Amino acid sequence: MAEATDNPLGDFPKVQLHVVTGKGGTGKSTVAASLALALASRGKTVLLCEVEGRQGIAQMFDVPPLPYEERLLARASEAGHGNLYALAIDAESALLEYLAMYYRLGRAGKALDRFGVIDFATTIAPGVRDVLLTGKVYEAAQRNSRNRGARTYDAIVLDAPPTGRITQFLNVNNELAGLAKVGPIKTQADTVTTLLRSTRTAIHLVTVLEEMPVQETADGVTELSAAGMPVGGVIVNMVRPQDLDADAREALLDGTVDPRAIGKVLGTTGIKAPMRLVPTLVAEGRDHAERRRLEDSQRALVDKIGVPTYELPQLAGGADLAGLYELAAALIDQGLA
Amino acid sequence: MSGPARPQQQRIGSRTAARMGPMTSSPGPIAELDVDALIDDPSQRIIVCCGSGGVGKTTTSAAIALRAAERGRKVVVLTIDPARRLAQSMGIEALDNTPRPVPGVRPNGSGDPVGSLDAMMLDMKRTFDEVVESQASPEKASAILNNPFYIAVSSSFAGTQEYMAMEKLGQLDKDARSSGRWDLIVVDTPPSRSALDFLDAPERLSSFLDGKFMKLLLAPARGPAKLMTAGFGLVTKAVTTIVGGEVLSDMQAFVSAFDTLFGGFRQRAQRTFELLQAPGTAFLVVAAPEPDALREAAYFVERLSAERMPLAGLVVNRASSDPGGPLSAAAAMSGYEQLRDATDPTSRMTAGLLRLHADRKLIVEREARLRSRFATAHPHVRTVVLPALPSDVHDLDGLRHIGQLLGEPGQATA
Repeated sequence: MAEATDNPLGDFPKVQLHVVTGKGGTGKSTVAASLALALASRGKTVLLCEVEGRQGIAQMFDVPPLPYEERLLARASEAGHGNLYALAIDAESALLEYLAMYYRLGRAGKALDRFGVIDFATTIAPGVRDVLLTGKVYEAAQRNSRNRGARTYDAIVLDAPPTGRITQFLNVNNELAGLAKVGPIKTQADTVTTLLRSTRTAIHLVTVLEEMPVQETADGVTELSAAGMPVGGVIVNMVRPQDLDADAREALLDGTVDPRAIGKVLGTTGIKAPMRLVPTLVAEGRDHAERRRLEDSQRALVDKIGVPTYELPQLAGGADLAGLYELAAALIDQGLA
Repeated sequence: MSGPARPQQQRIGSRTAARMGPMTSSPGPIAELDVDALIDDPSQRIIVCCGSGGVGKTTTSAAIALRAAERGRKVVVLTIDPARRLAQSMGIEALDNTPRPVPGVRPNGSGDPVGSLDAMMLDMKRTFDEVVESQASPEKASAILNNPFYIAVSSSFAGTQEYMAMEKLGQLDKDARSSGRWDLIVVDTPPSRSALDFLDAPERLSSFLDGKFMKLLLAPARGPAKLMTAGFGLVTKAVTTIVGGEVLSDMQAFVSAFDTLFGGFRQRAQRTFELLQAPGTAFLVVAAPEPDALREAAYFVERLSAERMPLAGLVVNRASSDPGGPLSAAAAMSGYEQLRDATDPTSRMTAGLLRLHADRKLIVEREARLRSRFATAHPHVRTVVLPALPSDVHDLDGLRHIGQLLGEPGQATA
């Protein structure tokens, strides 16, 4: 685990674009949102983007569905904090915006839509969709004169597609290869690729301490590295509570716990019928100790991946808004932000 | 596959715009899903498992397939993207596009005659190529297979996986009916919101084929004279400006070579769609007791109902099991707070146990609340709940255990 240090810049001071991916069910959207909050708490103006049309940000932050427009999500209320904005990117809007920004198509623009070309480009044409989604992220990261008066961001957090698809998604250039060898779409893909492969980008992978997600994370890191993509850290999410120390866990696993002694201590807290509760509590403790042992073996595999790792606790109450702030604080403590 | 879901509600309009569900809530016990009754019913020929990623859909499909086989069915399971472990657990090092027998299927001890289990993994490019080869003359097929646009479409286009999964299902069904090799097909679906894209496939294909864009692409081949309008000229120019002339000509070559095959494609897609609505088909929606996964499950349930697809029920995986006992989360927490600063090992252990109990109770309560919210909105959906297992499936015994939890939820957890 990264040392809890007081490094004021975090472990990725040069990174402007944080891409967060992870296997389904590992909580990558929660982690992306927490990272965005953490960066904003560090004084940065942050944009949190989603690209899968799930409106996950709106649900996590309990706000109405987001349009294709950068919306203020959390206003800095303390000195030294920055504002957090959010954007839900969809390919169709991105294409229309791109056309308006780069080509003055006028009547032809409308004709494109009427002829089903927009639909074709965003749903059927291979690779184009991903170029449009990453292209919009690029535009937000590198504002130019075409988008006059637009806000500039210190940091952008992208809640990206899952690990199984991330290399393909970010490797837009490759996807288009063999199709568009020249032309504006190809040029656009090249520019986006330059940012995605630079030191200004870090791709973080979210996992939980279970076999399949850990395996997929290790494979994902290998794949991204092979494609020349900058891997950031691995964030281990939903780590079980650490309430029992190693000795207690060993005693539970070995079955050497003295139930009478526990019953006696329980009695001092005013809990009723303490002796009758002991078997349930001990069984739960044993189950927990077993799962912690499995977690430890998975943690050893995560450490072997060889990138910085961060750990976030399982939230008994679920990842609601309060939970997001709790996770953001943990990310700051561990130096990710 | 190159993209996740399109915003479907916006596209299909009247069919999916409205929520499907009761107007008032009728809280009551959640109806239990009887998986054994489902797989034992000989008229049940196809089971489709859908749900969002990471909920254990592929494992659930494999476990159902194995259980059905050991209860006497002749089963083939079509997986989409199984973890290596799961493929290995079925005794197959690497699954491919051909169904292969799974060794180790055995009688279940209750006197049912043992059936058989074959497993395969979808190879979408191979499947697509085979369709082309079966539909076109050899010269034409080779022209299509070598077209750069076709190569890109068949290996990455948004939705290819969904189309091809359904194409494969159609093939397996045909094969099953003619050869009698299988009497039950279990299908896993691609891991994304677009898991239901196959429902849109025929419509999307038709609207594209009948669309103006298609006519535009075919214009050079068919002689432009009567089709060339001012609009066409504008569009051609705009497309050329943006994607470049080369892509456009590749697309035109592809479309004109493919032209005569499209009708066949559309028919196949339509037949598969009808197969999914047929009485022998059942959908199982798989979820985890998390807000996201249950929201996706609700979306699937509503969508299936709108399409008149037969929904068998909901499988909730990875549920936390109630530790039981009368101690509430609040009481345990209060005990923990009194003991947490103690220094002797027994008090520390007791504090830890109380804290674990409090957390576990909270999680169980939250999951129960999420499930009951789903049940209130969808009272007719039969449900089976599976406890979270400590480790992944490594072998057939692991799959068998999950199958048992599905088939006999009460007994297996007791």
